[in-house]
Amino acid sequence: MSVKDGALHDTQVAALLDRTWDDPRGFLGWFCVVNHKTIAKRFIVACLVFFALAGLLAAVMRLQLARPDNNVVGPDMYNQLFTMHGSAMMFLFAVPVMQAVAVFLVPLMVGARQVAFPRMNAFAFWIFLFGGFTLFIAFFLNTGPDAGWFAYVPLSGPDYSPGKRVDIWAQMITFTELSALLEAITLITTILKFRAPGMTMNRIPLFCWATLITSFMVLFAMPAVMLGSSALIMDRLIGTHFYNPAEGGDVVLWQHLFWFFGHPEVYLIFIPGLGFLSAMIPTFSRRPQFGYAAMVLSLIATGFLSFGLWVHHMFATNLPELGKSFFTAASMLIAIPSAIQIYCWIATMWTGKLNLRTPMLYCLAFFFILVLGGMTGLMLASVPLDYQVHDTYFVVAHLHYVLIGGAVFPLFGAFYYWFPKFLGRMMSERLGRWSFWLMFIGFNVAFFPMHILGLQGMPRRVWTYQAGMGWDGMNLLSTVGAFTFALGIFLSLVNAVRSARAGAAAPANPWGAGTLEWATQSPPAPCNFHAIPVAHGRDPLWQGAPEGEPSHVAGLAADKREALVTTVIDALPDHRYLSPPPSPLPFLSAVATTVLFIGSIFTPWAIVWGSVIVAVPVIAWFWPKRHDVDSELALEKRP
Amino acid sequence: MRLLLGAAVTVVMLSLADYAMAATPVDTVHDALHAFGPQAAHFGKLWNIFLFTCTAVFAAILIALVIALRRAPPADESSAADLSNVNRQEPALKRHVTRAVVASALALVALIVASVFTDRAMARLSLVNAVNVEITGHQWWWTVRYIDGPNASDIFTTANEMHIPVGRPVIIQLSADDVIHSLWVPNLAGKKDLIPGRSATLQLRADHPGIYRGQCAEFCGLEHALMGLLVIAEPQDQYDRWVAGQKQPAPEPQDAQAQRGKQVFQSSSCAMCHAIAGADFAGAQRGPDLTHVASRQTLAAGTLKNTREEMAAWIRDPQTHKPGTAMPATPLSQEDLDAVVAYLGGLK
Repeated sequence: MSVKDGALHDTQVAALLDRTWDDPRGFLGWFCVVNHKTIAKRFIVACLVFFALAGLLAAVMRLQLARPDNNVVGPDMYNQLFTMHGSAMMFLFAVPVMQAVAVFLVPLMVGARQVAFPRMNAFAFWIFLFGGFTLFIAFFLNTGPDAGWFAYVPLSGPDYSPGKRVDIWAQMITFTELSALLEAITLITTILKFRAPGMTMNRIPLFCWATLITSFMVLFAMPAVMLGSSALIMDRLIGTHFYNPAEGGDVVLWQHLFWFFGHPEVYLIFIPGLGFLSAMIPTFSRRPQFGYAAMVLSLIATGFLSFGLWVHHMFATNLPELGKSFFTAASMLIAIPSAIQIYCWIATMWTGKLNLRTPMLYCLAFFFILVLGGMTGLMLASVPLDYQVHDTYFVVAHLHYVLIGGAVFPLFGAFYYWFPKFLGRMMSERLGRWSFWLMFIGFNVAFFPMHILGLQGMPRRVWTYQAGMGWDGMNLLSTVGAFTFALGIFLSLVNAVRSARAGAAAPANPWGAGTLEWATQSPPAPCNFHAIPVAHGRDPLWQGAPEGEPSHVAGLAADKREALVTTVIDALPDHRYLSPPPSPLPFLSAVATTVLFIGSIFTPWAIVWGSVIVAVPVIAWFWPKRHDVDSELALEKRP
Repeated sequence: MRLLLGAAVTVVMLSLADYAMAATPVDTVHDALHAFGPQAAHFGKLWNIFLFTCTAVFAAILIALVIALRRAPPADESSAADLSNVNRQEPALKRHVTRAVVASALALVALIVASVFTDRAMARLSLVNAVNVEITGHQWWWTVRYIDGPNASDIFTTANEMHIPVGRPVIIQLSADDVIHSLWVPNLAGKKDLIPGRSATLQLRADHPGIYRGQCAEFCGLEHALMGLLVIAEPQDQYDRWVAGQKQPAPEPQDAQAQRGKQVFQSSSCAMCHAIAGADFAGAQRGPDLTHVASRQTLAAGTLKNTREEMAAWIRDPQTHKPGTAMPATPLSQEDLDAVVAYLGGLK
């Protein structure tokens, strides 16, 4: 008979739980970790490393464009810079970092001890890491891709991009998207099946809703780009003609496949940003979010509509007029759900109090930057306006306004907000404010002039421009702003490093927030919760258990990694589930998969023989284990 | 804070004072906000509608946000959360939010309607008495072919420079033979992609004489940045004179130096890529047609001014002016180089 975790303040049971769920020790143990918090921290650090690298590339680009006819880098290098900057920011930072933060927070927010598929989660992290590093190693070995992050054929095809540059890009993108798909499955299952009892569908925290919708979008969007880039690599390696017009292929097919993924992609960066705001604004307004149902429905509508407007990236490709009008309307209508959310947040602040801390500053920046970016988005959605500003610096300005305003500023706010939960220490408020203002001013000085540059006719993706075009002043200003922005980001980094070592120790709930991740100590115990909480409202910490209702669930084993699975809609306890123990197999499988993918850059046979190499650790991974079977049987026998 | 603001303002002033003028090869206009033709004018009108509406909505949202922040009493994390609204509707708030959403939706619908009507108006450009031109994009220059007229001799080819008569519509057939390019002359019309394996047309009209600069707008490889084009709009009689001149084969070289230049051109690698109509090497298509190269204003797709010095420098070493261009550096003695430049400089 095993030990149960019933007694809430039983220190012995708590210690046993900590031992049961703890990460394995030692150098070899480091590769076996499956705890979602440890994996998520590594994931976030990896994403931030790629963010810094991609940002440095952007800094070099801004140096090159600071003056006309400049020669900091040549066209060959510049094309690699903007390709790597776009690819890394999109595929190696923005999407994965949102998933990584979600992997850390979602189990804590829904009151679970672990994500649904811990080993798959670890596997997804490792392949992301290897894929990302392969791309950057290729860049530093001067075989970095140079056909743009959008890699339009035929420029990226075998005739106009000979060599291995685009092959590396196509395979590594497919590879990191595989990681995103696996993370999406993990997060969906965690949110739907591992919620604490009482956390019914209409009590799920809005950040978890955002993550859920984002993950479903990943499931539908990523396959398009994986198919597209697989067809591209086949064109390049084994002589198919998917995109070769001379043989009946079609170059616009690539654009459809790419943007069918690419437009949802920007929304699956933006929607988690909305989720961060919905977590922070109620906390700092000292009241629950106004219009919860409207917020959830708006998130769903945004996710749904985002699949119906990819063609607005392709208005100049001579498509039928009527079709273009439809996509104009769809692109504009997606602003309505975003507007609903913005008005609901303003309503929340309107009727709440105001605790203006650093995270809240970053939230307020969102209102200025994202809304302005949304306005230019409406302009780009209009076909006649798009004919002029498409592929100019106006678009560069727009996309940085929506992505940095809609995702990076909320993300930085989220780092300041959840840092105590990540590492158990508070970040410095003073440095945070300096960082914020430098970022905010630097950002606007860097990107606002680009709107004007675009209207003045400066195309995108140009490595230089001639003097006398009237673009000199704005470009210099933009460069100054970009470096100010970078300085602000650097200050936040300094702040994080200093606070991690010497910040004030954080209490369990430093901001007085209402969601479950603040119910446990900072940083959380290995098992997250020594007793699984019961949710009695949308903000369980603000709305405690009514008289006579249980506040915690008892009865899970403390000496085994048992998790509670609940029903999808009502979150009623359904059954117990044995969470898998630490294992080196995810890491080994990821190494094998990496061998397959890197091999496939050079020869299609790598797919065949690589599968054999991958099969070995994967079969070992899924081999039924005796004690697992026994435990499952034991669980089934009990009522 | 104030220091930062002061610094930012100073930088803005300095950078605005820094508009150095005219180092481009030719003085041109190149921006989307000054229309010199109906297509670009439609853009300007719609742009003003959008700018006004979006600014108004943006301002309204920011004002609401500032009021919300001003009226909220200050608090800190220890103050109790206000739970009075948990199981209670907030009807007044709901009404305000609903109104704001409805107003935004109406503004959006208005913008959609304005956009669709502008789109229709652009598509209805009158094409009576139009000039027909074919433009083909290459990495990183443009072929311009004039295809009006009943006879084969009426068809002529030039490169990187298009002359059009003022007030007459131009129908441009677009094609590409390597990668995707995009033709964009912002003062006259929006852009249209040139896609291998697909055809498209762009219709525009210039209502004022002038030199309008165009540029490739779709990333097309290494030298995408240096793929310019001049559109020269001139009165009908000037245009007719230009067309008549272009239809002539290249003039025979007159003096000894130019004659020698023609021989050098033929015997070196030049003639492998460049056609000169009327000379014995009219078939090469890999590079721009040089039949009347001396009549053009720029070299290397809008990169250099067309003077004899620049032409000599270009032939000697194209790679420093336009790294990665398909034209190799041609090793010629100074004498031969001068002769080639004299020959090409005479091809008016």
